[in-house]
Amino acid sequence: MFIQVKNLSKVFKKNLAVDKINFQIEKNKTVGLLGPNGCGKTTSIGMLLGLIKPSEGEIIIDNKNLKSLKRDDILARINFCSPYIELPKKLTVKQNLEVYGRLYGVKNLNERIIEISEDLDIKNFFERKTGELSSGQKNRVSLAKSLINKPEILFLDEPTASLDPDIGDFVRGYIQEYRSKHQVTILLASHNMNEVERLCDSVIMMKKGKIIDRGTCKEIIKKHGRNNLEETFLKLARGKDELQ
Amino acid sequence: MNFNKIYALGLRHIYLISNSFPRIIDLIYWPTVQIFLWGFISKFFTLSSDYYSNAVGIILTAAILYDFLFRVSISFNMMFLEEIWSRNFTNLFIAPIKISEIITSLTLTAILRALIGLIPAAILAIPLFGVSVFKLGIPLLFLLLPLYLFGVTLGLLVTSGLLRFGPSFENIAWASLFFLAPLGCIYYPIEILPDSLQIIAKGLPLVHIFEEMRNILLNNVVNYFDIIKSISISIVYFVLGVIIFYSSYLGAKKRGTLINMGE
Repeated sequence: MFIQVKNLSKVFKKNLAVDKINFQIEKNKTVGLLGPNGCGKTTSIGMLLGLIKPSEGEIIIDNKNLKSLKRDDILARINFCSPYIELPKKLTVKQNLEVYGRLYGVKNLNERIIEISEDLDIKNFFERKTGELSSGQKNRVSLAKSLINKPEILFLDEPTASLDPDIGDFVRGYIQEYRSKHQVTILLASHNMNEVERLCDSVIMMKKGKIIDRGTCKEIIKKHGRNNLEETFLKLARGKDELQ
Repeated sequence: MNFNKIYALGLRHIYLISNSFPRIIDLIYWPTVQIFLWGFISKFFTLSSDYYSNAVGIILTAAILYDFLFRVSISFNMMFLEEIWSRNFTNLFIAPIKISEIITSLTLTAILRALIGLIPAAILAIPLFGVSVFKLGIPLLFLLLPLYLFGVTLGLLVTSGLLRFGPSFENIAWASLFFLAPLGCIYYPIEILPDSLQIIAKGLPLVHIFEEMRNILLNNVVNYFDIIKSISISIVYFVLGVIIFYSSYLGAKKRGTLINMGE
């Protein structure tokens, strides 16, 4: 297994945000992390990114415990994209990609910047300040930043939130295409169930800090007797906690 | 440490400054206003009393040196706050950079920002008031070094507070230097302070730096013992600042504040 999470917990003061979760992700698979707001998804991703110190448990990446890995060694192989964090607004798109490319130690940076900007169709606003862009443009720039280092592990937190259907579809299509061409393991937190069904090999359902179900989309939908993932999500989110 | 990464962190701030003409003006504006203000105040003293015959030179040099400290510290804080304001904080802390590289980059870029503001102001003081801080000669560098270290230390302490308490600590960033100024004996000798405060003041490098500045300007003699003392005290504070920054970073990881630090 490429990523192994064992008995992972996080307590903030007296609030149990994540409660002994266990899951594994195979290399080059895309796993959806689902659950209602406040269920512990972001905290779990924060722990996987090394931004939050777990209260208990272990994270093993490529057979190495995250605790024993050097911060900059592991982070060079990872990246993260979320609409809730932004790139410096006063820097141009090109400047932001250059700064982050250098931080990630990307070789042949200029070529990589051109490549990723052509792929994501951001070249026509390359010289514009990032803060002046529309949500859809910002979102693609943010995705470009998260792929600048060709990460082995990519964490996506609601990558298409607040995008119009056209750009949302473009982003989902691009992630699909990128995944087919590159070796990348993705953990995708999303509230868009169509997106999850389209992109994920399997899903993990969380509620109140615990994992309440897991499996492929089809398996979960079938298990709960629903027609689609959205209905299954609603059943799990509104119903009594279910055991794994 | 990887100097390409340190350069990249600095580059982000160089781009920020060079992309915005108002930012460059802002950097130059405040030190210049400070020089004008103190230049005219000290000129008034000179005209009013023989006792203050050296006042213009001493007060203005003190103002320039104090402003250097102020600019270094504020630049350090500002660069950190920029990451919070632009909601770039999480991106920065998930990039493969060591904490030591972040500190080094902020420290090096802070002096660049400080000098952009201060050099024009120091040059302006020569024709306007006939005062040149460069008259201090080589010892000027020995006075600037502990000021730089102490400015960075204050920056480290404020950014540690930002990591610990979040953006609400921002006001402290602006207030920190004004709090220390009276104890720093920037414009007056230490004897002016009450005895109890003199003990505290001697624990700060500022007193030794500004006493030595007055000594050089008035007596034309350099007391290297005082300079070494001020550098040594600054190094002690700097090391403490780094330790506090690291512990605040670890505390922030524990509290989970790195992932949602924002405006």
